[in-house]
Amino acid sequence: MAQTLDQLLDLVQQRLVALWPAPWQPWVAAFLGAAAIVATFGGLFALTTWLERKGLARIQNRLGPNRVGPYGLLQPIADGLKMLTKEDIVPRAADQWIHFLAPILKVVPVLLAYSVIPFGRHLVALDLEAGLLFFFAVGSATEIAVFMAGWGSRNKYSLLGAMRAIAQLISYEVPLVLSAVSVVLVAGTLSLPAIVDSQAGHGWAGLANWHVFTPWGLAGFVLFMIAATAKTNRSPFDLPEGESEIIAGHMVEYSGFKYALFYLGEYLSLFAISGVGITLFLGGWRAPVAWLDWVPSYLWFGAKLLGCIAVFIWLRGTMPRLRADQLMNFAWKFMLPMSLVTLVAAAMWHATATWTFPGAGLWRWVLGAALLLLPYRALSRSLTQRGRLGPRRYRFAD
Amino acid sequence: MEPAAFIAALLALGGAVAAVSLRNLIHCALCLVLTFFSVAGLFLGLGAEFVSFAQVMVYVGAIAILIVFASLMTRDPGADPARVPEPRAIQPWPLGLGIAGAVTGVLLACVGSSRLLPDVTAPAVAPSVRELGQELMTRYVVALEVVGLLLTAAMIGAVVLAVREPRPLDREVGR
Amino acid sequence: MTPLQRYLVVSTLLFGVGLAGALTRRNAILVLVGIELMLTAANLNFIAFWRYGPNPESAAGIVFTLFAIAVAAAETAVGLALIIKIYRHRRTTHLDQMDTLKG
Repeated sequence: MAQTLDQLLDLVQQRLVALWPAPWQPWVAAFLGAAAIVATFGGLFALTTWLERKGLARIQNRLGPNRVGPYGLLQPIADGLKMLTKEDIVPRAADQWIHFLAPILKVVPVLLAYSVIPFGRHLVALDLEAGLLFFFAVGSATEIAVFMAGWGSRNKYSLLGAMRAIAQLISYEVPLVLSAVSVVLVAGTLSLPAIVDSQAGHGWAGLANWHVFTPWGLAGFVLFMIAATAKTNRSPFDLPEGESEIIAGHMVEYSGFKYALFYLGEYLSLFAISGVGITLFLGGWRAPVAWLDWVPSYLWFGAKLLGCIAVFIWLRGTMPRLRADQLMNFAWKFMLPMSLVTLVAAAMWHATATWTFPGAGLWRWVLGAALLLLPYRALSRSLTQRGRLGPRRYRFAD
Repeated sequence: MEPAAFIAALLALGGAVAAVSLRNLIHCALCLVLTFFSVAGLFLGLGAEFVSFAQVMVYVGAIAILIVFASLMTRDPGADPARVPEPRAIQPWPLGLGIAGAVTGVLLACVGSSRLLPDVTAPAVAPSVRELGQELMTRYVVALEVVGLLLTAAMIGAVVLAVREPRPLDREVGR
Repeated sequence: MTPLQRYLVVSTLLFGVGLAGALTRRNAILVLVGIELMLTAANLNFIAFWRYGPNPESAAGIVFTLFAIAVAAAETAVGLALIIKIYRHRRTTHLDQMDTLKG
């Protein structure tokens, strides 16, 4: 029974595909997979906009949307209708084609990225051998989309926002990839389903063998999530669209459906990158303890994804926006060295996996933690003492 | 060549022609991106998955962005009106085009008439990513280290070249 | 034509376009674009020869392409840094106007 529930989506797909003549079947299967992904994450997008507005409102002691439907649950539909019926304005000076293509180029790569994420047991659209590389390669295409939007609008705020966004995306791509590489090093594969398999089983006290439960994995997860926040332009890294400074950055000249596409693309990339973070560090679709294995795998993935989204909303409600120099200093002087240290700690963990003497597990932990904590302490001290990351001292104001 | 590969090849060539012939630098860079994507598609069709993704990641994610940034940072105000271009005996561009055409023609003739090219149509077994990693870490490890050194040197060199000298006020404030 | 020859024709044409661009354009950035196109054509050659060559199970073609991609990245970074430096100095990216050795 539990197994049937777990494979429910697979079974439904097989039944539906079997209805068609044989030569069409691969196409129907591919279409069904794509349609399921688009429908699920489109729905999650609508739900998340509502959750985010409600959550932020609660953090700021407000009620949030509560007019449309019970608890304002139908608010996303009202928002969508509003977006669709708004006039689509293209500036006269804009580069028509580039202005038109940018939102499409923003959404399509993100949707492609979903094809390699395993949402459950056997629930992956494309099991590529170099799946993780595919994910990062597709992610780098969004930088071009951001640039096209900013340059094609022919507006100084757009261009400034696009330049800021690209500088940020490139800077945080480095720690993002490096922290993922530490997982690749330990798991020995680039395929995402295989990485999930490498976290199978349960270790000490029935706890799962997730990478996040190791010293390097914890550090890597934190670094990955910080970099993911920056990669998806979310607060506190939302400088590219900082409303109080450059209005909406590269999206300022977009309205109506095209703006909605950008909005959709940002949320979809948030889900995708959280999904990869879950796969890399949080055991993917695996249950945290053995006696909960009967819960269908995709539900575990969904629960972890919702948890990540909640953390992102919480962060947005709590943190003030960074300044541009703080952003760059943080990326290059803290995140990059720490992700390299994490890589070394992961290598140490991998090399000491063969230790068998009594107390070896404890020693690995102590060594790994020391390897991470000492550089962390040294880095954070040297950075804060020189005033690099602290508050700015105004020369003429004191 | 399957239809998909044919379309990718056409797109690659069209993008390349546009990238070197358009007036607007940014349009050139974006057409170059099209070429890089299409060539990545060709790699994918040839079964070199890893190279294809690496191509997109490095060329689209880094090189195209660099070119775009550089063209934004070097807005050419146009030819300097104070400098009168000296009259030339030979216009340079027909010459360049002629040389390129000649080289292409010779190469095409070679490809067309060669008897040495192997005619293999059997499906290739691409080495897995794991095998590729093993090869890189054993047989090609010296080359890998040299490339790492080269990239580091290039990065430091680029930073040293492009960094601005701090202005006096910046030095005073200490940042 | 064998499949290998078709890919070689594509890469030759790509190389020719790149060469023409590098030789005829006067903007330094566009010359760099032409050089990138030529490098890409060479990579396509490597992969085509690897795929249709006598022993596709060897990884040499793929490894060579990976190294070529890395070298291209390094080359672009340094080349563009030089162009930006020269632009700061002489306010131009026109190759015809970079004709003095004195700074």
